[in-house]
Amino acid sequence: MRVFGYRLSVGAWVGLMIVTINLLGAALAPVIAPHGEADLVGDVWAPISAHAWLGLDNLGRDMFSRLLFGARTTIAIAFLITVLSFAIGISTGFAAAVLGGWVDTALSRFVDALMAIPQLIFALIILSVMGTSISVLICTIAVLDSTRVFRLARAVGLNIAVMDYVEVARLRGETLWWIMRREVLPNALPPLITEFGLRFCFAFLFIASLSFLGLGIQPPFADWGSMVRDNAQAINFGGIAPLIPATAIAQLTIGVNLLVDWFLSLHSRGQGQGA
Amino acid sequence: MSEVILSMEDLRIEARSEHEAEAKTIVDKVDLRLRQGEVLGLIGESGAGKSTIGLAALGYTRTGCAIAGGKILFKGKDIRALSLDQRRRLRGRSVAYIAQSAAASFNPAKRLYQQICEGPVRHGLMGYDQARSEAVQLFRELDLPSPETFGERYPHQVSGGQLQRAMAAMAMSCKPDLLVLDEPTTALDVTTQIEVLAAIRKLIRDHRTAGLYISHDLAVVAQVANRIMVLRHGKKVEEGETDQILHHPRMDYTRALVSIREAGTGRPGGKARVEEPVLEIRRVTASYARLARVVDDITLTVRKGETVAVVGESGSGKSTLARVITGLLPREKGEILFRDASLPPALLARDRDLLRRIQLIYQMPDVALNPRQRISEVIGRPLDFYLGLNGTQARARLGELLRAVGLSEEFASRYPGELSGGQKQRVCIARALAAEPDLIICDEVTSALDPLVAEEILRLLGRLQRDNGYAYIFITHDLGTVKRIADRVAVMLKGRLIAEGPLEKVFAPPYHPYTELLLSSVPEMDTHWLDGVLAKRVKQGVSAPS
Repeated sequence: MRVFGYRLSVGAWVGLMIVTINLLGAALAPVIAPHGEADLVGDVWAPISAHAWLGLDNLGRDMFSRLLFGARTTIAIAFLITVLSFAIGISTGFAAAVLGGWVDTALSRFVDALMAIPQLIFALIILSVMGTSISVLICTIAVLDSTRVFRLARAVGLNIAVMDYVEVARLRGETLWWIMRREVLPNALPPLITEFGLRFCFAFLFIASLSFLGLGIQPPFADWGSMVRDNAQAINFGGIAPLIPATAIAQLTIGVNLLVDWFLSLHSRGQGQGA
Repeated sequence: MSEVILSMEDLRIEARSEHEAEAKTIVDKVDLRLRQGEVLGLIGESGAGKSTIGLAALGYTRTGCAIAGGKILFKGKDIRALSLDQRRRLRGRSVAYIAQSAAASFNPAKRLYQQICEGPVRHGLMGYDQARSEAVQLFRELDLPSPETFGERYPHQVSGGQLQRAMAAMAMSCKPDLLVLDEPTTALDVTTQIEVLAAIRKLIRDHRTAGLYISHDLAVVAQVANRIMVLRHGKKVEEGETDQILHHPRMDYTRALVSIREAGTGRPGGKARVEEPVLEIRRVTASYARLARVVDDITLTVRKGETVAVVGESGSGKSTLARVITGLLPREKGEILFRDASLPPALLARDRDLLRRIQLIYQMPDVALNPRQRISEVIGRPLDFYLGLNGTQARARLGELLRAVGLSEEFASRYPGELSGGQKQRVCIARALAAEPDLIICDEVTSALDPLVAEEILRLLGRLQRDNGYAYIFITHDLGTVKRIADRVAVMLKGRLIAEGPLEKVFAPPYHPYTELLLSSVPEMDTHWLDGVLAKRVKQGVSAPS
């Protein structure tokens, strides 16, 4: 099989399989899941059995069903956060690159200031002040994440902004928006897409850590991070319950990264064909 | 007969990219033989395989290329059979390489000595102190200023011509038997080129080194080479003594290469009447960040249907003048009138119609076209943006424009990456024409192109001017081009205009001394040209400004 006209490597194949299975699982959760997200179906931390494929959790809910439903929230929210952070990061980063001068200085220093504050602490403060609704969670992480995107977009944009074709557009009298969208963006896509994959992983790891601290997605909704936290105690009794959602996080991270690595390797090889 | 240093037999080099199953042959069945003290010139367009052959003499190929067949014998030993370690001992010591850009080849963080002595010391030929005194000797032979202390400097502390000579010293530091010179003077100004050329030639002759001299400029090669090999598409077109190639070329392709330089001077038919001025520059001054004036008190008039050539060396401010006219660099003093109205200094203060009327064509078509836009979008955007054309009207106009620059309509759906250098420059011209301008500024539009392609572009620009009456400002360092296309000439030196007027006047005696220096520095298709110029300069006591 070929994607974007390129042959898939073995690693990319595995990555693609993992991501596809995860997405299918999330999409079809209500159909596949043997039990509801919040249904109590048996004893606390009941072991793996034919009845419960991955055992039960700290309240006796079915782990497998919760994993499927958790995939929905985790993936959807991580995706939203990444899209939002890229929209903010790319537009500000390109503006800084194309306009230069004091705009660049002001934006860059502001971003430096944001980055100087530890992300997790910053998120904790905002979430505890503003409350832990999903929209606040998404906006907070997106803004924090966009500082990293800004840096990349600015660096890539700077290399493109000095090209003669950007000057041609400027001489023609094009607006900043047009230059950013039509001249810079198409040429900056490869590294940005690669970064998108990585940021996506970081986003759901970040939600997981927030959930683990109790500030992420609130019960009874399942998400992989809070599932780890809720079941953490089982380790003391020799149970494997927290390892199951942790494995879920790990496998999706690996899958996305395999795809991203493959994409990176394509572009480190040069620009390929014109199209 | 002296010893054969290098011979290549039936050499074939292939390039293999990951996306294509079939390997592309970039050097095909090339035979070559070089004796001690002999210089062979390799001539050809870009992509002719001349640099690839030069590198093959060091047993090296660029990434993605491989020597697929044939023999490379260095003093009778096959280089291809050598191990990596043996090759490393060969390179630098027995075969040395001089690259086009000295600035990119020196490590800016190390003094020149450290880099020049590295070769002989690492190869175990001599100690550092001896290498250093040998280097001083080489500096002296290369006419470098204060040879005893020259090596103490860092690369950025010497001029481009001096750095290129320092690279020649580096190449000669191990007393190699063979020198590969890959366009060593191409990046230099004509006046500097002479010095470097003379120095390199003297060095090769004194040391009886064999040389492979790679260049696209036949006139330059003619000064150094005993024999010339003309290459095209990786194949040998013809090989012969330098005089034979220059004066009695056998093949059509060689004939075309030779005749460009000899093409008639002056333009057919002078202007019958004086047209109204399009652009009047009056005492304009500009600088970057208020530092030294890059454009200093320039006054220049461009009339309808007229070509004004602005000539000068790099750093003379000629491209900056273009930036001042287009508004990218606002002028600080002076006035520019465009069609009798004052031109706002800054780009943002100009309205769309004014922007439309002044168009700029760039030196490098590769970076002047967005690689992610189809040609239809590249040319279609100004049609839509300035003239509000879209749909069928725009498509019809797009077709007209493509035909006007000599491209077929199929090109509309292609990306720039699928075009050759000459075709890309044609698209850039079409993009400028799409705006229906009054004034077109051509900034070194032919410098990055091969001579035959450049010739076609010049002809195209001439035809378009006759048909549409555009005014051109033609910025170039190539005086050969100027002679053929310009009505008026402006000579710039260090930001100032030192001579301005009709071509016949500026380029005829009595010259301004600098104009004369420039003119006499343009290489001619004559093996004795360099000797003649040098002899004359010694007599007059003129030396190029370095």
